[in-house]
Amino acid sequence: MRWLKPVAVPLIAVGLALGIGAIILALSGANPIEAYSALIDGSLSSQKTIGRTLEKATPLIMGGLAVAFAFRAGLFNIGGQGQLVIGGIFAAAVGFGFEGLPWIIHAPLALAVGALAGAAWGSIAGVLKATRGAHEVITTIMLNFVALNLTDWLASNPWKDEGILSRTPAVEESAVIPQWGALPTGFLVAVAASIGCWYLLERTTLGFEIRSVGLNGDAARYAGISVKRIVVATMAISGFLAGAGGAIETQGVIGRYEPGFNAGLGFNGITIALLARNNPIGVIPAALLIGAMEAGGSMMQFNADVSPEITDIIEALMLLFVATPIVVRWFFSRQDVAEVSITSGWGSS
Amino acid sequence: MSVAAPPALEVLGVTKRFGDVLANEDVDFRVERGRVHALLGENGAGKSTLVNIIFGLYRADSGEVRRNGEVVHLNGPRDAIDSRIGMVHQHFQLVPVLTVAENVVLGNEPTRRGVVDLDEAASVVRALAERFGLEIDPWARVEDLPIGLQQRVEILRALFREVDILILDEPTAVLTPQETTHLLGVLRGLADTGVAVVFITHKLREVMAVADDITVMRRGKVVGSAVPAETDEASLASMMVGRSVELSLERTPASPGDKVLTIVDLVVNDDRRSQSLNGINLDVRAGEVVGVAGVEGNGQRELVEAITGLRGVVSGSITLEGVEIAGMSPRQISTMGVSHIPEDREKFGLIGAHTVADNMVLNRYHQPPYSRHGIRSPGAVEDNAERLVAEFDVRPSNIGAMVATLSGGNKQKVVAAREFSHEAKVMVAAQPTRGIDIGNIEFIHRRLIEYRDAGMAILLVSAELDEVLGLADRVAVIYGGQIVAIESADGIDRDRVGRLMLSGTDN
Repeated sequence: MRWLKPVAVPLIAVGLALGIGAIILALSGANPIEAYSALIDGSLSSQKTIGRTLEKATPLIMGGLAVAFAFRAGLFNIGGQGQLVIGGIFAAAVGFGFEGLPWIIHAPLALAVGALAGAAWGSIAGVLKATRGAHEVITTIMLNFVALNLTDWLASNPWKDEGILSRTPAVEESAVIPQWGALPTGFLVAVAASIGCWYLLERTTLGFEIRSVGLNGDAARYAGISVKRIVVATMAISGFLAGAGGAIETQGVIGRYEPGFNAGLGFNGITIALLARNNPIGVIPAALLIGAMEAGGSMMQFNADVSPEITDIIEALMLLFVATPIVVRWFFSRQDVAEVSITSGWGSS
Repeated sequence: MSVAAPPALEVLGVTKRFGDVLANEDVDFRVERGRVHALLGENGAGKSTLVNIIFGLYRADSGEVRRNGEVVHLNGPRDAIDSRIGMVHQHFQLVPVLTVAENVVLGNEPTRRGVVDLDEAASVVRALAERFGLEIDPWARVEDLPIGLQQRVEILRALFREVDILILDEPTAVLTPQETTHLLGVLRGLADTGVAVVFITHKLREVMAVADDITVMRRGKVVGSAVPAETDEASLASMMVGRSVELSLERTPASPGDKVLTIVDLVVNDDRRSQSLNGINLDVRAGEVVGVAGVEGNGQRELVEAITGLRGVVSGSITLEGVEIAGMSPRQISTMGVSHIPEDREKFGLIGAHTVADNMVLNRYHQPPYSRHGIRSPGAVEDNAERLVAEFDVRPSNIGAMVATLSGGNKQKVVAAREFSHEAKVMVAAQPTRGIDIGNIEFIHRRLIEYRDAGMAILLVSAELDEVLGLADRVAVIYGGQIVAIESADGIDRDRVGRLMLSGTDN
């Protein structure tokens, strides 16, 4: 049962959240079984709904990776949303701005530019931290507002489509990230990114440096690691992942950049990273779970007459239980509690 | 006391396992009222595990704990306190922003009309302090107190709960010699009032000075017990370590070669940007140990950090075989041949959540064979770790274990193994044996001398004057950011060095 330990807390958190969700459903007058079967119906019942779940999960994986990756260096990147919209609009600009490129060049190019734009945006917070000591939580939150307003302006002025709507023109056919049957190619890109992040963290010297800085910055400096360089690099990579998420959304789902269509995607990354306990591979199942709930939420509304916000409540409960593992541990094994409460001193630092 | 009276505390056949490690194996331990009982053993011998079981923090896998002859089941510190067992941890459990009185009564506050009565608390604390010779200002904020007084607050807190067994986990590790002497007197006084005192340590001198009973543990087992009158330091040491140890190091005279490290007029600032080194001049030759003696806080830390590149230099020069290294990065300096055992191994020397193997290459991970083209080579990292773990006798020898799970002495061996393995020209060893036990101290001292004899230039910075005098070929006394004396260790006058350390002059 050893393998179960690392996944026990998320699994139990999900179970508890679904259980309490059922109680809330019952209290609100709905039939929980009907509601949950509609949820599954809308997310996992057919090729089409599974495809929709994968599509929903894709930006969640990228946003979750962005948060989880930064966290491994001890950085809390709240700026996923900003990096994602920047990536989305730059991918759109390359997507509609070039004509006549072959697909094999155009789609990857737009994706790369979107990701690099996200990286540039993320590294601003990294540079501010490395040179001025500005805390990344504050700067990334502020940069989110800057990014949202900047993309709104770009979409309603220089890069505006014809017509009354503030949005960019549709990307060229050659820049679209296609579907393989029900399987969105973007999902494969996201899975590859997860594996790439795992490899980078666990197998490369850069990953060792990032983890060392995250675990003990003083010792990392002693060991000759430039902490400033790692802070900037980590924020850039984190922004790269979020930016790529925005680009995939633009090229694979929406087909253009349209303000508001990405709302909240970047913030969901924090939920995903928490559920995955900052493990890049764990991000995939976490994102699939939330993706399935989002995909199935509307079916739940139609079939069981339950408002889709119930899925938000269940997500929030999952987050709550993951963030307070002590509650879950109490369920998991009451016997271990005495041992996990090993006292650590107030004055020990 | 009649012979038949059951002991205040009795531990029978306790076994505790952590994963694959048997931390306590069939341990029997008994503590009598009114006596100071020293629990002696190397780091990792299982002393802390045992007292944590007694205090209810761990649950034994088997065996029982008896209080006054009755079996008790302790499921946490609350139960222990209820059965009048008190513990002073190595890391204090105080709230820094509260006053002494508030900390002492915390959890059992005297109240008046539903409000905490601080005046009452203060007078209770004052009375307790007077009774046990633990003078302290009840209104002082804990964070403003020196370590020795903070410890006093911890002891008062236990006494306030009227404990009749008081356990102290390595209480003297953080104290100055004067504070230690006072504490030992306090423990004696407590025992005389009928309290059973359990005192964990690995310092033999203290055991001989204060203990009535001695229990020695090694590798999770009780290996013997003694009373001071019938034993001596050497036999206790060999009981602890499991073989005979030399308490003083025999070494041949040094045969120093050329100057390797030369420091000229070095000026360095401290963290608050006020000048902390005011023009240091010092050199270290190949094949000699230069010991820097001084009371802590006289610039030793800044000196070490300046040499190793962790701290900027205001003016002056540091040269390594004629090459200026002041202003270079820590990595450049390390690569050029300066190794460093940092004074705070937990904070600087190790990354606790990394494995032993990764910590063994902490500042060489980026070089072949440990990585090529930015990709790490786990095989080479593991081979290196296997070799060093065997050579430096790190226990447990599992290179995949997180370093945080090792005992202090074994952590230090990991740091030392790594730093010696660089085959550096200069070794800067800051407090290399702080907080580690005799067996490991002996081991590290021996290594320092071996590498000295192989031609390494060693700069030893230590707050333990005995360590400096025992290892150094030349002794430099640092006071107020300056070297106030530097002379051969041969026939040096210990008292004169003490005066120089305290006042910067020898009169």
